Amino acid sequence: MTLASLSPTLADREPVVSLRGVGKTFSNGTVALENLDLDVFPGEFLSLLGPSGCGKSTALRLMAGLGRPSRGRVSIASHDPGERRGNIGFVFQEPTLMPWATVADNVWLPLRLKGVSRAKADATIRDSLALVGLAAFADAYPRELSGGMKMRVSIARALATKPAILLMDEPFAALDEITRFKLNDDLLRLKAELGCTVVFVTHSVYESVYLSSRIVVMAARPGRVISTIDVDVPMPRSDSFRSTPRYAELCREASAALHGAMAPDDHL
Amino acid sequence: MSASTDDTPPASGAARFDAARLASVLLPVAILVLALAGWEAVVQINEIPPYILPAPSQIAATLVKDWPVLFGSLLVTLRITFLALFAAVVGGVLLAILFAQSRWIELSFFPFAVILQVTPIVAIAPLLLIYLEPGTAVLVCAFLVAFFPILSNTALGLASADHNLRDLFDLYGASRFKQLVYLRLPAALPYFLGGLRIGGGLALIGAIVAEIAAGTAGQGSGLAFRIIESGYRLNVPRMFAALFLISVAGILIFLIFTALSHLLLHRWHESARRREA
Repeated sequence: MTLASLSPTLADREPVVSLRGVGKTFSNGTVALENLDLDVFPGEFLSLLGPSGCGKSTALRLMAGLGRPSRGRVSIASHDPGERRGNIGFVFQEPTLMPWATVADNVWLPLRLKGVSRAKADATIRDSLALVGLAAFADAYPRELSGGMKMRVSIARALATKPAILLMDEPFAALDEITRFKLNDDLLRLKAELGCTVVFVTHSVYESVYLSSRIVVMAARPGRVISTIDVDVPMPRSDSFRSTPRYAELCREASAALHGAMAPDDHL
Repeated sequence: MSASTDDTPPASGAARFDAARLASVLLPVAILVLALAGWEAVVQINEIPPYILPAPSQIAATLVKDWPVLFGSLLVTLRITFLALFAAVVGGVLLAILFAQSRWIELSFFPFAVILQVTPIVAIAPLLLIYLEPGTAVLVCAFLVAFFPILSNTALGLASADHNLRDLFDLYGASRFKQLVYLRLPAALPYFLGGLRIGGGLALIGAIVAEIAAGTAGQGSGLAFRIIESGYRLNVPRMFAALFLISVAGILIFLIFTALSHLLLHRWHESARRREA
């Protein structure tokens, strides 16, 4: 159903991630996703927007290969079929850093797991930290950083493998608004610099409109896609975008779709 | 103890903090000295004979006089304690790692560990003394009591690695071995160190209790044996001197593992960090 609403330029291209008829039922019987069709196209910034329990995080986890779909098929385009997950970076809602390791060692982790020595990884670690503005904190421990800085480290770690696809699961939900706006801008800058595809899960209408090139609105029980909104405002965007009539209009549209998706007892 | 100083300016606050720290050391020492002086006075004034209650000064004198015998015994007790603890660490950590590999292994073997733990060591010691050489029996007793806290704490630590981090390791295709070494073992470290501190104290207790259970059959020369032997000879000052050495050994073991814990955790673990007032 989403294919029909895609802009022609996107539909012509090969998707990097493709979900077909995907369903997921948890062991306790909860149907998290039902018959989900979703394509992620190269270079786009796709947001999954929906209330709690709409399966947006589950869909993201399936894309990452964390868990198998109960029904349907998840396929990921890769140049190297042997390394199916090699080109994916994942950012969780919490920073999810190893508290016993320094910032640099945390960023080293994905490379270390691939067998890259610390000496060989050093340049990449420094580049990744510089991208998120934390070059000076390489030797600090996560405990010594603020919430926003920890999230930056988490993003730097996801970027360390130079992923083609960056999956983000409500990464800024726990941060204050000022930090959040700052990280939103940083994320757009990073995406432009690195040219990766981003799939971003959020329950914030404003965040999704500000960041995305396309918003997929989902509804709960069972988790499904109910509408797709193309955000036809070109990048780069800056804070002034937030005060344009087009931004307000898109927020209204996304908000209306979201409320249509929600049952009275749903929570954002 | 500096909690009530929050309305003082920083400079005098810092000064008061130093004073508080000094007091926290001096106060217990002063009380201890006072208690010993009181004890000494009671014994001297009432002319209590040493075979009923020796004065601290006499215990100290005995400690010096009998030092060759007592020190030898101390070394024996410490040797048993640390050998048992070493075996408990190796056994406990390896078994915890094995438990972490499969829930079925854990379900199958955990009851044995619990049975060994809940059965009082004094009750097992006589049996062990029948089956084993006295020296070995004492070692096994000390091992048995130190083993369980290390096993259960390490198993808990291995199971409590952050789930998102485990997902991340899965995402990057980490092998079980890499997941163990880079994630689960570091996550288990604070728990293990907690178990080690408990196990260290228990190994000493186990070594003493087992030697007492062995009694004169112990033919041993540990501190517990010295206490029994001195008791038979009504050499009460030497009993106190041996007891003193056991306490000192226990305190030293505790301090060593507390320091080790601080050394390994102070950069990152909440338990080893001071809270800001």
